[in-house]
Amino acid sequence: MARSRPAPRGRAAAGRARTTRGLAGWLFVLPALVFYAVFVLRPIVLTAQYSLYEWDGIGPSSWVGLANYGRVFTDPALFDSLVNAVKLIVFFSAIPVLLGLAVAAMIRRIAASRLALAARTVIFLPQVIPLVAAGIAWSWLLSSTGVVNQFLRLLGLGAVTRAWLGDFATALPAVGLIGAWVLLGLCTLLLLAGMSKIDPALYEAARLDGAGAWREFVSITVPSLRQEIAVCVTVTVIAALASFDIIYISTQGGPGNATMVPGLQIYYLAFSERAVGMASALAMVLMVLVIACALPIQWFTRDGNR
Amino acid sequence: MITPRREAWTGRLLLVAMMAVTVLPFLSLFVTALHPSGTYPPGLAWPEDPQWGNFLRAFQAANMAELLKSSVLIVLGVVPLSIVLGTMAGFAIGHLKIVGGRVLFLVFVLGLTLPFEGVITPLYYQIRDMGLLNTRWAIILPLIGLFMPFSVFWMRAHFINMPEELSESARIDGANVWQLFRRIHVPLAMPAISSLGILLFLWTWNQFLLAIVLVDDATKRTMSGALGAFQGQWGTDIPLLCAGSLLILAPTLIVFLIFQRRFVAALLQGSLKG
Repeated sequence: MARSRPAPRGRAAAGRARTTRGLAGWLFVLPALVFYAVFVLRPIVLTAQYSLYEWDGIGPSSWVGLANYGRVFTDPALFDSLVNAVKLIVFFSAIPVLLGLAVAAMIRRIAASRLALAARTVIFLPQVIPLVAAGIAWSWLLSSTGVVNQFLRLLGLGAVTRAWLGDFATALPAVGLIGAWVLLGLCTLLLLAGMSKIDPALYEAARLDGAGAWREFVSITVPSLRQEIAVCVTVTVIAALASFDIIYISTQGGPGNATMVPGLQIYYLAFSERAVGMASALAMVLMVLVIACALPIQWFTRDGNR
Repeated sequence: MITPRREAWTGRLLLVAMMAVTVLPFLSLFVTALHPSGTYPPGLAWPEDPQWGNFLRAFQAANMAELLKSSVLIVLGVVPLSIVLGTMAGFAIGHLKIVGGRVLFLVFVLGLTLPFEGVITPLYYQIRDMGLLNTRWAIILPLIGLFMPFSVFWMRAHFINMPEELSESARIDGANVWQLFRRIHVPLAMPAISSLGILLFLWTWNQFLLAIVLVDDATKRTMSGALGAFQGQWGTDIPLLCAGSLLILAPTLIVFLIFQRRFVAALLQGSLKG
């Protein structure tokens, strides 16, 4: 019936419906956009603006151009925080992803057992609790009288015991291990979920061809998990670069600047040392660094998958 | 057939080892919390005379009743509004396909990986100028904005898979856009919405940076922020600190254990999409 209607009228009506829908559609987005603009976009623009001035947060500010950025890359206290963040990637990212892959591959076969179901719950706990609580718990574990040293003495390694978070040589790896503890469960479960989607026929074919467990892992498991691995890497790399809570609680950036990271340095610069311009320059560098790390990983997985 | 069985056993052993390492910090907190306050208990050792009263003392010292109330108020301020606004925007971008929606979506996606430290400084001055420092609004309002990229991203991913025919038939029945949204699409989106709710609850409850920068009064912070203050105050009394930490992480743990299936599913999907 509708088709027999004169075409021009129908098209006009449809056109009108589309414009009202377009307008109404924008009304649907507007409130979200307002919150986003006021509390995210505007602050980003302001950070960029502050970064070009020297300002103590109270008095008048003076234009310094790109000098703050120069300081970020030449002042060891600032630049080292960036270096530390990159080093933390090894612990926050490499350990959980590689170990997660290994563990997931080994427990794939028993993924439906009762033990594995219980493990799903337990392994997830670190994701649920506040990072602050993880920081406090691990500070105590890693202290000179903590469980870690107790365990080492039990193994007859009493000579290496120390206050792990207070030692210049071990503070950064120790903080990194806390991050690895938090992220390992998430990575393992993500990878395990990905493995359950792999066609078992692939493995059977490989077995028939005489492939061993290692060969299977390298030529079937890892390539099939490309997307899940990319997700794990993205999430954990961002967690490393933007780390704050764990370090604020466990070491406050010390000893010296051994565990100083950009997030914490920004906090100190802006709110203790009142160097707002410098804090903002470091913040800009951090934001760019995060995007520079996240985008390529996303691109890498997008092709062929969507 | 021997190889698979041996593999299964190594798998089991590995799982148990992993669970042990995961649980160890909680165990250590718990055992330490039972030692007499003010002592430095050596490693994992069951105390001769367990001080269960430490939990009560920590409850009072941390002002837990106030903290719980404060965190609940903040969650109630952030989560429902974020869900409503995120769902509406996701619907418009994903299903209505509004003009300029693609660009808009890209703008939101830009904020997806934003480290909060990047904007905390201007946020402080902005909140101060709004006269909201030291109020719960100082945490609530920015968090709604900061979670918006993810909320929109998440809901768009749901709506983009909804068939157009669904809306066509409703339009023929004379439904306007709002009715279409409210009566048809929101009920269908409930699984996505509840997962989003779980994630937002968790991220709000555990938010630390905004709490310590924007709110001085620990009783107006999130649980997580309050724990930071608690550490500052009682950091030298290890057993009390451990008892307080356990109390403060208990609520999310309890909620998690009740809703664990949804939680695990939401978190896994959440990171897959994000």
